Amino acid sequence: MSATGIGAAVRRKEDRRFITGTGHYTDDINRPGQAYAYFLRSPHAHATIKSIDVKPAAQMPGVLAVLTGAELAADKIGNLICGWMIHSKDGSPMKMAPHPALANAKVCHVGDPLTVVVAESLAQARDAAEKIVVDYAVLPAVADPAAAQKPSAPRIHDIAPNNTIYQWHLGEAGAVEAAFRAARHVTRLDIVNNRLVPNAIEPRAAIGDYDAGTGAFTLWNTTQNPHVARLVIAAFVGMAPEHKLRVIAPDVGGGFGSKIFIYPEEVVALWASKRVGRPVKWVAERSEAFVADAHGRDHVTHAEMAFDAEGKILGLRAKTVANLGAYMSTFSSSVPTYLYATLLSGQYEIAQIYCEVDAVYTNTVPVDAYRGAGRPEATFVVERLVEVGAREMSQDPAELRRKNFVKKFPHQTPVIMAYDAGDYNASLKKALELADYKGFGRRKRESARDGKLRGIGFSTYIEACGIAPSQAVGSLGAGVGLWESAEVRVNPTGSVEILTGSHAHGQGHETTFAQLVSERLGIPIDNISVVHGDTDKVQFGMGTYGSRSGAVGMSALAKALDKIEAKAKKVAAHMLEAAEGDIEFKDGKFSVAGTDKWAAWGDVTLNAYVAHKFSGQELEPGLKEGAFYDPTNFTFPAGCHICEVEVDPETGNTEIVAWIAVDDFGVIVNPMIVEGQVHGGIAQGVGQALCEGAVYDKDGQLVTGSFMDYCMPRADHLPTLKVDTTVTKCPSNPLGIKGCGEAGAIAAPAAVINAITDAIGTEGLTMPATPPAVWAALQKVNGIPKAA
Amino acid sequence: MAGETAAVSMTVNGKPITANVDPRTLLVQLLREHLRLTGTHVGCDTSQCGACVVHVNGKAIKSCTILALQLEGANVLTIEGLAAPDGPLHPMQEAFRENHGLQCGFCTPGMIMTAVDIVRRKGNELDDRTIREELDGNICRCTGYHNIVKAIAAGARAMRGGGATSQAAE
Repeated sequence: MSATGIGAAVRRKEDRRFITGTGHYTDDINRPGQAYAYFLRSPHAHATIKSIDVKPAAQMPGVLAVLTGAELAADKIGNLICGWMIHSKDGSPMKMAPHPALANAKVCHVGDPLTVVVAESLAQARDAAEKIVVDYAVLPAVADPAAAQKPSAPRIHDIAPNNTIYQWHLGEAGAVEAAFRAARHVTRLDIVNNRLVPNAIEPRAAIGDYDAGTGAFTLWNTTQNPHVARLVIAAFVGMAPEHKLRVIAPDVGGGFGSKIFIYPEEVVALWASKRVGRPVKWVAERSEAFVADAHGRDHVTHAEMAFDAEGKILGLRAKTVANLGAYMSTFSSSVPTYLYATLLSGQYEIAQIYCEVDAVYTNTVPVDAYRGAGRPEATFVVERLVEVGAREMSQDPAELRRKNFVKKFPHQTPVIMAYDAGDYNASLKKALELADYKGFGRRKRESARDGKLRGIGFSTYIEACGIAPSQAVGSLGAGVGLWESAEVRVNPTGSVEILTGSHAHGQGHETTFAQLVSERLGIPIDNISVVHGDTDKVQFGMGTYGSRSGAVGMSALAKALDKIEAKAKKVAAHMLEAAEGDIEFKDGKFSVAGTDKWAAWGDVTLNAYVAHKFSGQELEPGLKEGAFYDPTNFTFPAGCHICEVEVDPETGNTEIVAWIAVDDFGVIVNPMIVEGQVHGGIAQGVGQALCEGAVYDKDGQLVTGSFMDYCMPRADHLPTLKVDTTVTKCPSNPLGIKGCGEAGAIAAPAAVINAITDAIGTEGLTMPATPPAVWAALQKVNGIPKAA
Repeated sequence: MAGETAAVSMTVNGKPITANVDPRTLLVQLLREHLRLTGTHVGCDTSQCGACVVHVNGKAIKSCTILALQLEGANVLTIEGLAAPDGPLHPMQEAFRENHGLQCGFCTPGMIMTAVDIVRRKGNELDDRTIREELDGNICRCTGYHNIVKAIAAGARAMRGGGATSQAAE
C-alpha cells in the first residue's frame, strides 16, 4: 500500500480551505447587480387563497418585483415532480398532485411559499413581504399520518381520495399467513418511526442568473446532484432547454439527502432573475428551512415476526402508513417502498415476508429521503422484532441473531434483494469481544449500586447501497438510471484532472478519488485534482446519495483509468519502439518487458500531446478518457452495532456509556474518512433515538420550528465511539467497495432503543426517548423498578 | 438605498476598518457582506449553532447576536485572521485537519474559534468531558463530534508554549 493509495488514511486535500475560512459555499458567492429574494410563506396548514394584494409591498423602498403563483402559472413554469412511479396493488398509478413552485389556488402546509419579493437588499425584501395582504379561507388540516385516511380527515388534493397516494405491497400474503399459522411464538410491535428534520448546518441557497443576451440561465445551488437538478428544471419545470441551463453546486455544507431534491426556491430564483433582469439570491433562514426542506422518516407500523420452537424466524409481516407530507417530493415515493420493504429480511434467512405500505398526504412539509432513507425504518422494524422476540422467548439476543443469520452467499431474499457477499457472524463476534459482552452482568450490577439502570442493545443491520443497477431500478419505477460517470484528463505535464458526476458535500471525494488515481497511475496525490459540481464542466452524472460514490462513482473512474492506461501504453510503445503488448506499466513507469528500456509517466503524457513519435493515422493525439459505469447489483454493507446505556430512574435521563460499531464496508479507500462517516451516521441515529422529533399540533402547526425547540444532538449527547471493521469484498463492482455513508444512521436507532428498553424492562417506549418519555415508560412498569 | 446609515470603526484581523452600515446590521453581516470575510458562517437564526463564532477583544462571541454598531473600537478576530495567509496554520487548524475534525466544513470556522477560546479559558490539558460540555453552543451535523473532540484535545496540547496562539491581531 502506498502512502496515498487505496487503504491509506490520507489527510484530506479539501481541508485547507475549510479550516482557513476560504471555502466557497453558495451564500459566499455574489453576482454583480445581485438582488435578494424573500418568500412569503403560508402561516396556515391548509387554506384556500381568496386573494393576494401585493400593491402595498410593491411600493416599498428597494422593491424590484413581487411575484405570485398566478404569474408563475401564466409564464408556463411547470410543476415540481416526483420521479419514481409506484403502482398500488390494484395496478393504479400513484396519485401525484400538482406541486407548483408558488402556491396558487391553495396552500397545503405551513411554510408553503406563495409569493416572492425581490428587492435591492434582503432587509428591504423582508420589510416589503410584511405588507402583502393575503385573504385565506382556512380549511381543516390533518398532520398525523395515522389519521389521514379517516373519512373525517380533510381531503388535501382532489386527485387523492382518503389522502391516499398509493396502497402498495410486496411479498406473498398467503404464504406469510401459513408461516404464522405454523409459528410457536409470534412477536408483535407497534412502531412509530419519528419524523426528522435533516438540518445540514449550511442552509439551502440559490442564485439564479439569467443572461438575456444568450437566453441562458446559471443556477448556483446547494445541491447533491447538479445534473439531476438541471434535467428536472429543464425537462419538467420547463425553465429553459437543458443546454441553456448551467447548474453549479459549489462547496455544499452537508446534505444527508435533503439537498437531493428539486425545490421551489431554486426554480423561483431562476424565474425571478429573468423577470427582473438581475441575478437573484435566496438563502434560507434556519427557521425557514424547518418548513421548507423535506423532512425524513415519519412511519407508523404494525409488525409481527413468527418464530419456531427453536427461535428460527419463519416469517415477518408489516403494515406501514408512510407520511409523504403535502406534496410528493422528488424521490419520496421510493423511500417507504423499494428502499424500505426490500430490506425487511435484515441479516436473516426469512422464508416469507409480506409488507403493505399506504403512503398518505398530510398538511405537513413534504417527506423524502434522509440519511438511510427507508433502510433505517426497515432496520428498526427488524431489529426491534428480533430483540423483543429474544426477550419474550428468554433467548440471548446475540445468539438468536446468530441462529438466524444468512450464512451462504449469494442469498436471494423473498423481498427482491439478492445479497452478494457478507459474513454477519464475523462482525457480531468482533463486536461482542470489543463490547466485553461477557462482562455486561458485572457492569449492570455496578450501575445498580449507583442507582442506575444499565441496558445493552444490538443492531445487526443490513443496507442496500451503491444504488444501483439502472435496469433494476427502472423495473421498480425509477424515472432515472443510477449509473455514474467519470472523465480523466491527463495534462501534457502529467498532472491529472478527474471530472466526476458524483458530488461531495462533506464526504472527501477530492481526497479519495485522487487516492484511486494515485494508486493506479503512481503519481503524487498533489498532482491530481477533482472537478465536480458544475454541469458546464462535468459530463452528465447522477450525484451523491445512497452511499454510492465509492461503489459506483469510483468504479466509473476505475474504468476510465483502464482506458487511460491502455492509451498511454500505445504512446509508450511508439516512444520505446516496442510492441504495445510488451509494454508494462507499474509505479508510474512504462517499461518494455525483458529489457531495461523504460519511460516515465511524464514523458509519455508529454509525448501523447506533442505527438512527434506517431502519426495521426496510427494513433490519436491526447490523453483523455471517459467512462459510464452501471453496477450489476446493489451493494450490501452490513454490521453489528452495540449500544450500552445507563438510565437514571429518578429523571428518565439516558446516558450512552459505550458504543461499538463493527461494519463490513468491503474494500476501504480511506479508513480515516470511513470512520468519520460512521461517527456522523451514528450521531444522526442517536439523535433520532434520543432527542430529535418534528412535532405538529392538531392544526398542522410545526411546534418544533427552530433549534430552540428541535433538539439537535450536541457533543455531550454522544460518547467516544469504538469503530472497527471486518471485510468481505463486494463482488458486484471492480473495486470491491460497498459504501459507508449511511450505516450509522441505519444501525443506531434500534441499538439505542433496544438498550434503553433492556434497561427499563418495558417495550412501551417511542422515539425520541427523551427523559420524560423514558420516565413515563418507567412509571408504567409497576412504579419505579428497583435497580437490579 | 433607503434608511440611515451610521459609521463604525474597529480592527478586524489586525487591520483598521470603517464602515457605514444600516443600524440593524449584525457583526456577522458586517464581516460577510461589507468586508467579504465569508469564512464566518450563518447556520441558524436563534444563536444556537455556533457557525458564526469569532473573537471580540480576545473572547469568543456569536457574531449573529451583536450589532456592528456596538463594536466601536473593538478588536475582532475571524477564522481568516487566525493564521497569516502565507504562514503556517494555527495549531488548532492543523489539529482539525490531522484528526479529521471536519467533513462539510460549514461549522468548522466556528468550531475552531470556539476551540481556541476553550483553551484560553480551560488550559492546554482538556479532558473529553470538558470539551464536550464546552461545545454546547456549537452544532455539527457531520462528524458526530468524535473527531472534533480529539482535534480540540490535540490542538490544545499543540498550543502549549504560545507559538501561534497569541495572535498579533488579538
